[in-house]
Amino acid sequence: MIQILNVSKRFLDNVVLDGVSLEVHDGETLALLGPSGVGKSVLLKHINGLLRPDAGDVIVDGLHVPRLKRKELAELRARVGYVFQYGALFDSMTVFENIRLGITDERLYRDEAYCAERVRECLRLVNLAPEVADKFPAELSGGMKKRVGIARAIAGKPKYLLYDEPTSGLDPVNADVIDGLVERLQNELGVTSVVVSHDVRGSFRVADRVALLWQAKIRAVGRPEEFLASQDPAVQQFLERDLDMAVIQTGGDAAREAHGPHL
Amino acid sequence: MANGAALTLGPLRLVARWSLRSADHAGRFTFLMVDMLRGLAEWRIYLPRTVEQAMAVGYGSLFIVLLVAGFAGAVTSLQTGYQFTGTLPLYYAGAVISESMILELGPVLTALILAGRIGARYAAELGTMRVTEQIDALESLGRSPISHLLIPRVLAGLLVVPALTMFANATGIVVGYLTARGSLGLTYADFEYGARYFFRPLDLWYSLIKSYFFAAAVTTIPCYIGYNTQQGAEGVGRSTTAAVVAASVTILLLDALTTKVLLTAK
Repeated sequence: MIQILNVSKRFLDNVVLDGVSLEVHDGETLALLGPSGVGKSVLLKHINGLLRPDAGDVIVDGLHVPRLKRKELAELRARVGYVFQYGALFDSMTVFENIRLGITDERLYRDEAYCAERVRECLRLVNLAPEVADKFPAELSGGMKKRVGIARAIAGKPKYLLYDEPTSGLDPVNADVIDGLVERLQNELGVTSVVVSHDVRGSFRVADRVALLWQAKIRAVGRPEEFLASQDPAVQQFLERDLDMAVIQTGGDAAREAHGPHL
Repeated sequence: MANGAALTLGPLRLVARWSLRSADHAGRFTFLMVDMLRGLAEWRIYLPRTVEQAMAVGYGSLFIVLLVAGFAGAVTSLQTGYQFTGTLPLYYAGAVISESMILELGPVLTALILAGRIGARYAAELGTMRVTEQIDALESLGRSPISHLLIPRVLAGLLVVPALTMFANATGIVVGYLTARGSLGLTYADFEYGARYFFRPLDLWYSLIKSYFFAAAVTTIPCYIGYNTQQGAEGVGRSTTAAVVAASVTILLLDALTTKVLLTAK
């Protein structure tokens, strides 16, 4: 279980998080929504200790993350997979080596046969061919990089998965593929996930609960249907803007279906 | 009156801000060094990467180091001929060339070249890894960026820079001798006599010790600056420039300090 308790964080004069509290229950997927630059990624980085709060506490599996020593933090991070917004793949390493680094158990990491098998398995889980293992990140498309990033995050069989904007910068088709992947991994691996996104449609597809981060605070939390029914002006404003886009896209799809393929 | 106060406060505030920033850098640099010392226990991680880095920066820098050392030896030889022909015995040229190379030109020129070559490389690599979140990714996998990225780079520099300095010394002396033979008609016997006459084993130790200090400057400063890069591509550019400048200035300061401590202290 992840508990974020009254977390505040500021960078110079910019207050990014102001007393944010949130709980993520075991086995659930929580989507953290909010406009760009509101501090969603900052909040996510508090969960695995990449950032320390100025005030408040973050508790993961009963461990107070900001108070953990270096070794304890490394052990915790081995149980928390993190998917970075732009992949953050090590560009001097092949895909194989990138995913292998995700095997956080040192004994298994040194076992060549296990690593080969695990990398192949992770590539299969993210719908990538085994041949991709020999490529370098620069040879991959944006969608493939995201999938390799996910493969690296699950290679160590984590209990928690944190996704930082997994679909940002992708076209709708690839975004759907990634959303489907998040959903499938949730079902197959049974991990507890936090998905940071500003894509309402995708979030509603993958999440058990949705939270809105708005002006440095958690403005609303609830199941997707509760969220849609919310009368909170901030929630409505956020949903209207994104769902309008979804309607436009759906309309576009319908037009394409009616008139056949276009250039 | 108000304008006068503002003029006085301006420089004071600048000095205060500069002092705070310097203290901040000094503190963070010290913590990073302590972290690196702690990380030395993780030899399984950094040793293979150290060899990789040493091969890359060592082989890659060999040509330019030898080229510069060769020219330095040749120019020293020509200037020795220009200044001392007709005033001092010819074998003095052997002493001037070999001692100049071993005591000063070999270590300092090598270090300055490597500040540009290795320093810029380390700062740019680590800076890019920082702004593209690769360092965060490493941490999020429970792995230490110190033992994966920093220690191998610093150790590689500590292995490679002294070795390159010794190669530079030798190349400068050989090219200096060949130039003196061509331009001054210096024989090998005279050259060797002059070189041996003024040579003390301490000179070579001094050269080696200096090169270790320079290696530390060429590696740790760019690693620190690159590791703390912020603000995208512009930040990487700024870090790279700052790393080369800071490492070069530190080399010159260390040069003066080691000379004072090792050669002139009574």
